[in-house]
Amino acid sequence: MGQFQTSAYAPGAHPDLPPPPSTVGIVGWLRTNLFSSVFNSVLTILAIFLLLVAVPPLLDWSIFDAAWMAESKDDCLKNPDGACWGFVTSRFGQFMYGFYPSAERWRVDLVGVLTVLLIGMVLFGKGKIRGYGVLIFLAPFPVAAFILLYGGVGLTVVETNQWGGMMLTLVIAVTGITASLPLGVLLALGRRSNMPIIRNLCVIFIEFWRGVPLITILFMASVMFPLFMPEGVNFNQLLRALIGVALFSAAYMAEVIRGGLQAIPKGQYEAASALGLGYWQSMRLIILPQALTIVIPGIVNTFIGLFKDTTLVLIIGLIDFLSAVNTGTQDVKWSAFTVPMTAYVFAAIVYFIFCFGMSRYSISLEKNLATGHKQ
Amino acid sequence: MAEAAVTGSKPDRVAILNDPRWRSIIFQVVALVLVITIGWYLVTNTQANMEKRNIGFGLDFLSIPAGFDIIQTLIPYTSSSSYSQAFFVSLINTLLVAIVGIFFATILGFIAGVARLSSNWLIKNLAAVYVEVFRNVPLLLQIFFWYHAVLKTLPGPRQSLSMLEIFFLNNRGVYLPGPQPQGSFWIICALLVGAVITMVVWKKREDRRQELTGERRDLFGIGLGLILVLPMVAFVVIWQVAGTPLTWDIPTLRGFNFGGGIEILPELLSLVIALSVYTGAFIAENVRSGIQAVSRGQTEAAFALGIRPGPTMRLIIIPQALRVIIPPLTSQYLNLTKNSSLAVAIAYPDLVAVFMGTTLNQTGRAVEIVGITMGIYLLLSLLTSVIMNWYNARVALVER
Repeated sequence: MGQFQTSAYAPGAHPDLPPPPSTVGIVGWLRTNLFSSVFNSVLTILAIFLLLVAVPPLLDWSIFDAAWMAESKDDCLKNPDGACWGFVTSRFGQFMYGFYPSAERWRVDLVGVLTVLLIGMVLFGKGKIRGYGVLIFLAPFPVAAFILLYGGVGLTVVETNQWGGMMLTLVIAVTGITASLPLGVLLALGRRSNMPIIRNLCVIFIEFWRGVPLITILFMASVMFPLFMPEGVNFNQLLRALIGVALFSAAYMAEVIRGGLQAIPKGQYEAASALGLGYWQSMRLIILPQALTIVIPGIVNTFIGLFKDTTLVLIIGLIDFLSAVNTGTQDVKWSAFTVPMTAYVFAAIVYFIFCFGMSRYSISLEKNLATGHKQ
Repeated sequence: MAEAAVTGSKPDRVAILNDPRWRSIIFQVVALVLVITIGWYLVTNTQANMEKRNIGFGLDFLSIPAGFDIIQTLIPYTSSSSYSQAFFVSLINTLLVAIVGIFFATILGFIAGVARLSSNWLIKNLAAVYVEVFRNVPLLLQIFFWYHAVLKTLPGPRQSLSMLEIFFLNNRGVYLPGPQPQGSFWIICALLVGAVITMVVWKKREDRRQELTGERRDLFGIGLGLILVLPMVAFVVIWQVAGTPLTWDIPTLRGFNFGGGIEILPELLSLVIALSVYTGAFIAENVRSGIQAVSRGQTEAAFALGIRPGPTMRLIIIPQALRVIIPPLTSQYLNLTKNSSLAVAIAYPDLVAVFMGTTLNQTGRAVEIVGITMGIYLLLSLLTSVIMNWYNARVALVER
């Protein structure tokens, strides 16, 4: 062995050589991530070309050439290749509150703050705090929010046809999800029940609402509700839409919750029976707490879907956030070429922030919940 | 029971309300009675209301002339056609959007889904940006964006954007040359159909032979020749012998608008773009998770057997990934079909816009029209899931 040894090092004592320069640093990163093969290199070059074509004009349009301050369309007509952000700032109040009277808008803000606090309690609270949060959310909060938004008890009444903008969007989305949660639990339990009549009623209900588009439901709520109700009973447009949305999302919610119920091992049901718990007791104390925890990401996803679907109420004439933006673009005072693009991009950014934020939250929850099983 | 067996005495008779069997029966009867009562209540209310407003009930209104025009009709229709004809026109428009949308959404979704798993950092992140942006913005907003902010702000017909002077794009839509088959064109069609049938039969026989002998013959070249080259050769031969079998009707500017060729309305275009881009983002996520669900060992095993990356993907990864992808893909197709009803917002004449909108407004037959429309969508949902379930059963894992 010794005769082959040419260096001064003892066997095994040679210090590690540095890695080849082509595999480390920026060059190494580029080689492994962008130019690992001929095909990849071509793709990379194509993608870079695409970005060079798309990004600079986008930046010019949205930032450098944009009219940040604009009083009317004249300021925006001056730079037709830039966004007209002045349109957004000048109509911001309407986008947020619709036609809600300016003097009363503090009430909407107050409800907003309360909602954020409660949602924070439910989402990030631990143990009892979360439980109280859910309880408040289901019972006293809706009443308080309604009184604050609508009026009565000493507050000026603001009719629902004055509600609009982001506030209306949030009212519909939050009411929809709050109403659909208990309904969805009942439907999911019914669908898994071993009583054939109950089960089939629930299956028919769920599959019917899931099989038709939300628009047809809103149309139905809008034209057929007056026929369904006895004489003299009159629902306003918002309430009709709310009922339609709640029933629609209850069907989707039921399927999400059913998934959670199915994921609970049979032993849990048997253990609950062995302890002598009745059906409702075992559901309330053993099964539902576990099942609902598993499906929180699914519930958040349903909420994201519902939040996006609230835009459809503009078709039956309610002025939600998208509708407020859309009507804004038709204003003659702002009939500049770049206004529609600006308006829709702004609305898209707002919706994106809401939905993307929620989906990140749901992914992080999924990761937290998965730790027990995946290792 | 166990207690009874131990003590040897008969079990105590429990009260009916505490006996699970009786309880379940009582429960179901109560539920049924409740549902029937609510249904009966709604029906009687509706009847009373309809009588008071002098609205009749029945489908007789379908034969009355509709009296309105529809901007896109794939089957013959004039304003003097009946409501039932208007119904079929609008149903076909809905199906058109759904089928074209599903086609493009699938292509887009598969490309983006595979791109998200690319080893190329730039491609991976571009695909991720596409998926996240379009998934998190409401579809209706995207439809408005394409329609009001993109297509409607294009220049007018006189300043149309054109490609090679045969494709035109302006704020009234897209104009393409329309093929006009001549008498001899059917020969080429017949050749094409014949070639496809031959190849399908041949492929089946080759597969059977491969299973028996293990020999594998590549039919790709032959198939390409038979299906593509043969009709092309025939086309050229007929052209030389008997004159052109196919002429093109090229759109030209006549007065204020284009005439001739195929016209695609901006309503249809924006709806198809929005639907396929939106649904494509969801399909991309399904495809990604489907491919990720195939264990890495499968790729390694294929490489160890000496199979090249392309065939590995085609023969080993994709067939297994499809099993995971197809069920969520089905629900995406259903969603797209249902979402095509958003057409009403930009006045594309689909089922909801024409039938539930205009027809309902004109006739006031709310119950029948809402019932028919919902029934159609339920039927479409059912049909899609039946077809996809059949396909799913074909690719599903065959277990012993």
